[in-house]
Amino acid sequence: MKGYNFAYLDEQTKRMIRRGLLKAVAIPGHQVPFGSREMPLPYGWGTGGIQVTASILGASDTLKVIDQGADDTTNAVSIRRFFAKTAGVATTTVTSQATVIQTRHRIPEKTLRDDQIIVYQVPQPEPLFRLEPSRIETKRMHGLADYGLMHVKLYEDIARFGQISISYDYPVMVNDRYLMSPSPIPSFDNPKMDMMPALQLFGAGREKRIYAIPPWTKVRSLDFDDHPFRAINAPHPCGLCGATDSYLDEVVTDDKGGRLFVCSDTDHCAERRAAGHVGADGLQKAAE
Amino acid sequence: MAYVAVKGGEQAIDNAHAWLHEERRGDPAVPEIAVSQIAEQLGRAVDRAMAEGSLYDQELAALAVKQAQGDLIEAIFLLRAYRTTLPRFASSSPIETASMRVERRVSAIFKDLPGGQVLGPTYDYTHRLLDFALLGETTPQTPAVDAADLPAMPRVPDILADEGLLEPDVADDRDPVDLTREPLRFPAPRDARLQALARGDEGFLLGLGYSTQRGYGGSHPFAGEIRMGEVAVEIVPPELGFAIDIGDLVVSECQMVNQFKGSKTVPPQFTRGYGLVFGFNERKAMSMALVDRAMRAQELGEDVTAPAQNVEFVLYHSDNIEATGFVEHLKLPHYVDFQSELQNVRRMRAANEAETAEAAE
Repeated sequence: MKGYNFAYLDEQTKRMIRRGLLKAVAIPGHQVPFGSREMPLPYGWGTGGIQVTASILGASDTLKVIDQGADDTTNAVSIRRFFAKTAGVATTTVTSQATVIQTRHRIPEKTLRDDQIIVYQVPQPEPLFRLEPSRIETKRMHGLADYGLMHVKLYEDIARFGQISISYDYPVMVNDRYLMSPSPIPSFDNPKMDMMPALQLFGAGREKRIYAIPPWTKVRSLDFDDHPFRAINAPHPCGLCGATDSYLDEVVTDDKGGRLFVCSDTDHCAERRAAGHVGADGLQKAAE
Repeated sequence: MAYVAVKGGEQAIDNAHAWLHEERRGDPAVPEIAVSQIAEQLGRAVDRAMAEGSLYDQELAALAVKQAQGDLIEAIFLLRAYRTTLPRFASSSPIETASMRVERRVSAIFKDLPGGQVLGPTYDYTHRLLDFALLGETTPQTPAVDAADLPAMPRVPDILADEGLLEPDVADDRDPVDLTREPLRFPAPRDARLQALARGDEGFLLGLGYSTQRGYGGSHPFAGEIRMGEVAVEIVPPELGFAIDIGDLVVSECQMVNQFKGSKTVPPQFTRGYGLVFGFNERKAMSMALVDRAMRAQELGEDVTAPAQNVEFVLYHSDNIEATGFVEHLKLPHYVDFQSELQNVRRMRAANEAETAEAAE
């Protein structure tokens, strides 16, 4: 784009961010402060992910952007357009064709490969912030691996509700050392982070932190022996493609209690339907 | 009817922007407002956009105000996003407010002083009555005093400091922190705090400053001096080795003189709170000075109990671009997380019901 560098950020800034990324990869799960820039998109709308993507994007990359698992949600559209305009890179909605995937709130259903990078948009990188708002304090706690506070919180959940009540942004332990926020993905997606072949990068623009999980790294969702981690999902198959192993959105179809459960990962669902899989509602549609 | 997945995000965005464009222009029968008119006649709005946008350029700020339909936080956002792309040629020498070409200068702590009290172009002492004459066109008025005729004015705090009654303002040789290039770190030095306050939201600082006056971290402030006017900006290019003047800024400065501190070795002296803002905005400068002083509580051996004294709390929440982005991001889709919360609550309620049913048997 005229007047702007490739992928918007100047090369000095990209270099600064890449240095942060290298440090983050070297210390899995550790939050690295970085000189987050003011972006032409609002804070809280993906400025961290955008800066990370801008720093790693090359001219031959193919970019996929999803929000809530879908490629056509407005903010995903907006970010994809931003890079199509400022970097001129190829974009795709097909998970397997992307070399870089920027995401908000989901991990694609299809297992990612070791030649792909997934960039998460992170609103709040500090997993302890609800328990301890001061960053001076939480920094000390991470330094000492003092995560008793979080275990007490999980224990209190069990005492109060009979189970752990966290359903998204479910805290994980990375490489047996750092407690980390997986970003607000549903806990359903947490197991995908463990030993993932792809590099996982996390950018928090407003909070000015970067962190990373290198490929093939152990990521464990916190739990107790007698209360093991349980992923949460709607107990239905997808109404359109019949998938029983994908995360589902609930769509309100009328004002009489009508509900339809469909794959949140729109590319996954489309691919399955193209391959001939049909769900209950898809059958009805075909019959009409 | 069968469900068809929602598509059309791209089209929706294009349509929304076209609609916005039309709404911004308003009734085409009414003449379009010129950027120069905004710069000249909505100066306080332009000043605020420049101050919190951290970019001193009246034309760009006026353009931002126009583009944002007068929404100043949106205008500040536009300026910030533009500023971040600009190359840096040099860092200026510190501006010298003692040699300001003063348009306004008042001190609340002396009845009269060298240079006198100069009200300048202030809303103070206007009666807030709507001036219906402004509904039509007005004839220009010429003030009786020309700013160029005003005498030199020493800074009031310097007068106190000469007598040792006010703590000295010590400069150090360290390069100042720049929060637009590096992340905020704690403990945050005073230069980082002052930069954050200078860029901070006027309303947030006003509320915090006010809270210190109502007992949440009070520091017994007096408005030692408030001055507004033009100062020269100088840089020292390394190839020249001497200072050259590159332009002028209008700034508002407030120095609060606060209750004293002393010890066995240091006799009691007043302490400072400092505020400096681009343009004419003494409400912000005064609020900033109150909050700056409040945040010095720990350094001055006071108890840290109030929000305005909590440096982390103030600095992490004073930036309105960060705040507005994150508050407003709640309107982005969150249905994936909400869905897992729904399933979670349904599961917990089912477990509850099963337990109740079991107990009833």
